[in-house]
Amino acid sequence: MTLYKGKRRTTTALVLSMGLFFAALLYLPGMLPFDSQVTDSFFRWWVVHLWVEGVWELIMGGILSFLLIKLTGVDREVIEKWLYVIVGLTFLSGVLGTGHHYYYIGVNKIWLIVGGIFSALEPLAFLAMALFAVNMYRKGEKKHPNKLALYWTLGAAIVSFVGAGLLGFAHTLPQTNLYTHGTLVTAMHGHLAFWGAYAMIVLAIISYAMPNMTGRKLYDTGRGRMAFWFSNVGMVGMTVAFGVAGVAQVYMERIMKIEFMKVQEMMEIHFYILIICATLFTTGILMYIADFIKHGQPTDEALIKE
Amino acid sequence: MLSKKQARAFFLGGTLVTFLIFIGLTIFSLSKDVDQTNHENITEAVVRGKDLWDHNNCMGCHTLLGEGGYYAPELTKVIDRRGRPYIKAVLMSKVPWQPNGRKMVAYGFTNEQAEDLIAFFDWIDDIDLNGFDRVVSPLAKDKTN
Ligand SMILES: [Fe+2]
Repeated sequence: MTLYKGKRRTTTALVLSMGLFFAALLYLPGMLPFDSQVTDSFFRWWVVHLWVEGVWELIMGGILSFLLIKLTGVDREVIEKWLYVIVGLTFLSGVLGTGHHYYYIGVNKIWLIVGGIFSALEPLAFLAMALFAVNMYRKGEKKHPNKLALYWTLGAAIVSFVGAGLLGFAHTLPQTNLYTHGTLVTAMHGHLAFWGAYAMIVLAIISYAMPNMTGRKLYDTGRGRMAFWFSNVGMVGMTVAFGVAGVAQVYMERIMKIEFMKVQEMMEIHFYILIICATLFTTGILMYIADFIKHGQPTDEALIKE
Repeated sequence: MLSKKQARAFFLGGTLVTFLIFIGLTIFSLSKDVDQTNHENITEAVVRGKDLWDHNNCMGCHTLLGEGGYYAPELTKVIDRRGRPYIKAVLMSKVPWQPNGRKMVAYGFTNEQAEDLIAFFDWIDDIDLNGFDRVVSPLAKDKTN
């Protein structure tokens, strides 16, 4: 409702609100009960896919624009024009791209064509988002002192392009997906995509907003930077481990027809690597939380003159 | 160059058109004429089996139609691979089933519940999965064509 009270209804605020509204609305199809597992599954993807590859990208685009306006000082009109292009590309590819979940669950083959074509276009929106963030950063005159927020903002745009865009594309074509559907290859893509597109952007907005709210200039701390690098290197490591394990699984299970548990035993080493990387990732997140608790609570420190 | 207005038109227009096509395709693919699931074979036992499948969160560990958790084996075509007596023994077992080190919760289903779940798997097995049914691990072994 702040949107209505606000003096200006900006595109950024509008896109963000639309994203939030449709995200809530789209929860409904998932609640419909069906007797058929196939129909259930069909509508479950209305929720899951249209969230992560649809309206959540609206939310992400909105937050990204806001941060870029604040952090780079590039003119709002320019940034918001590109925001429209990005969310336009998102829906143009993403809505019909839902078809990539319908290839092999027991519905008509038309989805192989529709899903194949449109989901192959989905990386474009993420590519546009990454190019947009990096270019606006280069173009910006103003250099905002909040380096941590800038790290997370640019990081979110780039990691989501790699995780959601490139790795998603890697197994979205029906010919590939026939073999990778239901394997760890999906986990590889899912982890990095979710981290980049949804977790990092939230950490970015927290990093930006907290110093403003507490009045403290928590712009660039050693621990903050370490939190960024630890969590990201950990997550990339996990992605690689999932990727290697996934490809091995596809080959052994689906081509060589070796039994599930035998394959899992042969891949054990990857699970250990996964645990090591996950530990590194968690360390990074704990550092972020430590910074958040230490600097998020009101103390007199903010009142002391610098 | 592109103006903000044009960019907005691109967004709204693109969304509307693709969304309408999406709705159309949804109606089409759920219509009876193109059904690949043998919908008429969904008996009461199948529905009860599906309820058990949902309420016990089997998908948390297993995949079905390639969807679910990656901790335990895919269950599409499981009857072809394991046979009914084996599946029934696993479902009714009072002690955790752990043939290869990974533990499955001992659900201790009744005879009727086990039959219902098997009816559900049986229905799943006959769905035309556009070719995936012949790939999914380590599917029906030599029935691959
Ligand atoms: Fe998707």
